[in-house]
Amino acid sequence: MTSPAHAEAHAAHAEHHQLGFVRTYLFSTDHKMIGRQFLFMALFMMIIGGSLALMMRWELAWPEGNVGPEPNAATRVLLKLFGDASSGDLPIPFTKWIPEPYMYAGHMPPEFYNAAFTMHATIMIFFVVMPILVGCFGNFLIPLMIGARDMAFPFLNMLSFWVGAVAGVLMLAAFFVPGGAAAGGWTSYAPLSAVPTYTGVTWGQNLWCISLIVLGASSLMGSINYITTIINMRAPGMTYFRLPLTVWSLFITAVLLLLALPVLTAALAMLLLDRMAGTSFFLPAGGGEPLLWQHLFWFFGHPEVYIMILPGMGIASEILPVFARKPIFGYRAMAFSMIGIAFLGWIVWGHHMFQSGMNPTLGTSFMISTMVIAVPSAIKTFNWLGTLWGGNIRFTIPMLFALGFVAMFVIGGLSGIFMASTPVDIFIHDTYFIVAHIHYVLFGGSIFAIFGAIYFWFPKMFGRMMNNFLGYVHFWGTLIFYNGTFFPMHIIGIGGHMRRIYNPMQYEFLHPLQHWNVFMTVSALGLGLAQIPFVINFLYSLFFGPKAERNPWHSNTLEWVAVTPPPHGNFGPTLPTVYRGPYEYSSPGVEEDYLPQDRLLSDRPAHAH
Amino acid sequence: MLEKLGLFPAAASTHAGRVDALYLFLIGVSAFFAILIATLIVVFAFKYRRRSDDEQPKLIEGSLALELTWSIVPFGIAMLIFLWGAQLFVSLKTPPKNALDVFVVGRQWMWKVQHLEGRREIDELHVPVGRPVKLTLTSEDVIHSFFVPAFRIKQDAVPGRYTEEWFEATAVGSYHLFCSQYCGTEHSRMIGRVVVMEPADYQAWLSGDGRPAAGANAALATNAAAVSVATAGEGLFKDLGCATCHKSKPGALGPSLAGVFGSQVQLQSGASVAADESYLRESILNPDAKIVAGYQPVMPTFQGQVSEEDLLQLITYIKTLRSS
Ligand code: HEM
Ligand SMILES: [Cu+2]
Ligand SMILES: [Cu+2]
Repeated sequence: MTSPAHAEAHAAHAEHHQLGFVRTYLFSTDHKMIGRQFLFMALFMMIIGGSLALMMRWELAWPEGNVGPEPNAATRVLLKLFGDASSGDLPIPFTKWIPEPYMYAGHMPPEFYNAAFTMHATIMIFFVVMPILVGCFGNFLIPLMIGARDMAFPFLNMLSFWVGAVAGVLMLAAFFVPGGAAAGGWTSYAPLSAVPTYTGVTWGQNLWCISLIVLGASSLMGSINYITTIINMRAPGMTYFRLPLTVWSLFITAVLLLLALPVLTAALAMLLLDRMAGTSFFLPAGGGEPLLWQHLFWFFGHPEVYIMILPGMGIASEILPVFARKPIFGYRAMAFSMIGIAFLGWIVWGHHMFQSGMNPTLGTSFMISTMVIAVPSAIKTFNWLGTLWGGNIRFTIPMLFALGFVAMFVIGGLSGIFMASTPVDIFIHDTYFIVAHIHYVLFGGSIFAIFGAIYFWFPKMFGRMMNNFLGYVHFWGTLIFYNGTFFPMHIIGIGGHMRRIYNPMQYEFLHPLQHWNVFMTVSALGLGLAQIPFVINFLYSLFFGPKAERNPWHSNTLEWVAVTPPPHGNFGPTLPTVYRGPYEYSSPGVEEDYLPQDRLLSDRPAHAH
Repeated sequence: MLEKLGLFPAAASTHAGRVDALYLFLIGVSAFFAILIATLIVVFAFKYRRRSDDEQPKLIEGSLALELTWSIVPFGIAMLIFLWGAQLFVSLKTPPKNALDVFVVGRQWMWKVQHLEGRREIDELHVPVGRPVKLTLTSEDVIHSFFVPAFRIKQDAVPGRYTEEWFEATAVGSYHLFCSQYCGTEHSRMIGRVVVMEPADYQAWLSGDGRPAAGANAALATNAAAVSVATAGEGLFKDLGCATCHKSKPGALGPSLAGVFGSQVQLQSGASVAADESYLRESILNPDAKIVAGYQPVMPTFQGQVSEEDLLQLITYIKTLRSS
């Protein structure tokens, strides 16, 4: 008889012989390869989305290349490096190659600014955060964590990635069509988005609609797969309440996706018909209703924001206990609060529309449903703190990002209460306060969780460890510059600085706030630079990092039971059997401070969670 | 008070103080929780950091009492904020009866303002101090939003419908007016101002012999000053031929419009509808949508023949028709 390890190695080896390069790396049906494909695609898109953001920030600090009468020290340095000190002209660096009418020798016209914030947000949301959280980690982790050999529908899974990739190409193609990319905002409010002459964008906006419809199909295939897999393919003994919280979060997310995306798809189809076929769903001149778009969009859009944060919450709930060496505080409350958030998420969409002229009674109902979401969010936050309490904390890179996630999510959650309070929202709606909020939840929340997850699961995904020193530089640089970039947005928002304005210097009223814009842009440049150690670390470790052992973090969940990196089929000849919940750290009577889910303790009855 | 802290722009309406008070309360609550949580994270990070490799922490899997505390306390605070916010919101959204009516039409990329007495202006709004002003807003093209930071008001102007907003300015002066809803290429140039005047100055300004309006406004203001909105509406009512059917004679093709505004109208479908501005607007643009009981769907649509301003004039005129 061969040893299990030998059998696994043999299986993996055989796999390589059977499948050629194309089936292994391109059209793979293996959930782990598909997860990696989503990761690479999304990291590439992040570079594009991030470059657009930095161009916008440059424009906001030095509108039209103008440094103003008294440039500060940082501006003077940049002027020396990239500008013309004699005329005070500071064009956007590295953009001279972009032809007119997109850019004018490094100077941005309003048309391009408007396309930039539209595409920045669309790319970050639909092609970065969702593909990484749902596409990459959903794919990679679900079968491994529940003890399955693959997804329920491997072929559908492959299709889901490639349909998503087509959507990405369509979205990027919008930059190259006459009229430029979509410029209606990522929210694409009708009628602005419904009539080409209102923005001057023709095919750019059409492609935006088509790309998101195609992406919707990709997400649907993914979510059906996740739901089926989690319901049907859990390993023996893996009851629902023994599922890791990450799996819970991905399960709930998949249900939200399945229900929310068709609404967006329908709305996009209507928008496309209004633009191309002469219908009037959203055009008042033909009897249509512009507010219908907002209702449909936000009926999808609010669940969408939970689609982007719930997996982050699941990831934080995974990382914190591992490095606090303690069980998660209140496992069931954590699962039920996610379910609660998912339910409440369906009845709050009107909080995006308080200024649309809605009846105050209706506004008040949306206000109370939104306020109630504070409760499950508070439960989660305090339970994370409870997990740290009395722990034995190791400050690894994933742990730092998980702690950063908790702290930043708290700020984003608290600013949400300001906007849920309708009288205050009247004032801060459509100002930078909203932009601050978005970024505290999506960057401080989702992206911090994504970084934590990449550092945490990298050894399992790629079989190698990442470098710690570069990781610390990345974390501290990101945390500091991130707050420098986004915290002042609260202040200028309260000061009345509107969002989506191309040139703040056009407003005499905003001149006293302009130094903040410069400060935020300099921080944003720092934030961009802080990602360089990550890129180096990622690429270097991929090929040259030290080989990872099977369970480097001494974690309990099943993905660490599989060999590193897991072979095709994940678990060798027999699937693991699960005897306990995922968070039994430092259990009394056990020698090590962890107790994997599949270990049978003969002298102790299995402890149901 | 907050403007001194540099946190809020100048406050110059009766709304401002009330909004700022709630805002300040929220700042307090958030600061408390943010500092509490940040402190706990830092304290725990130091206190419970790993000291040795074989040390094992105490086993804590949860605590019902603690979890109930941190569910119930945030719930109580959330409900307090809700009650405070909701009553304030309803009062901010309910214009007083004696408010001065002003019409605002947005378009790419300007605000067109029309006073009942007839004076028009572009990107400017003149109002008297100390008197509630009710704005009725709509748009000719895309959605815009009427934002006056010093008054703490913001209201979308949505094409195809009327929205309203009210304020009472508390100090004479000039205040910034912005469009806060992204509305296309030159959105960031859609800038105007609100001029708050002493009531006497305002009266003088209305009749056109006050301070001369600046720039582009001058021409518009002087030639339109003479005719009030209702009178202009009456003219349209005749010119468009509305009066041929809407007469108060028995057997007329259309219902009499005297006293219709503010009444309950009985519809053919059996339902009844309150005749407000939106109903009148719909009846002019899309007459078949709601047919009055006892009449035939014979009225033609005036979609495309009347501008937003014409509509406002017609509606204002209809509002002046009292039942005899
Ligand atoms: C280097 C990091 C980033 C910077 C400097 C940045 C900066 C900006 C700027 C300048 C805007 C436009 C503000 C305006 O309305 O004028 C914006 C909007 C936005 N960003 Fe980012 N961003 C960054 C990362 C992200 C990430 C990671 C996400 C999503 C996960 C994101 C999501 C959004 C969204 C949803 C909007 C709103 C767009 C809209 O209102 O149309 N951003 N960002
Ligand atoms: Cu929402
Ligand atoms: Cu605008």
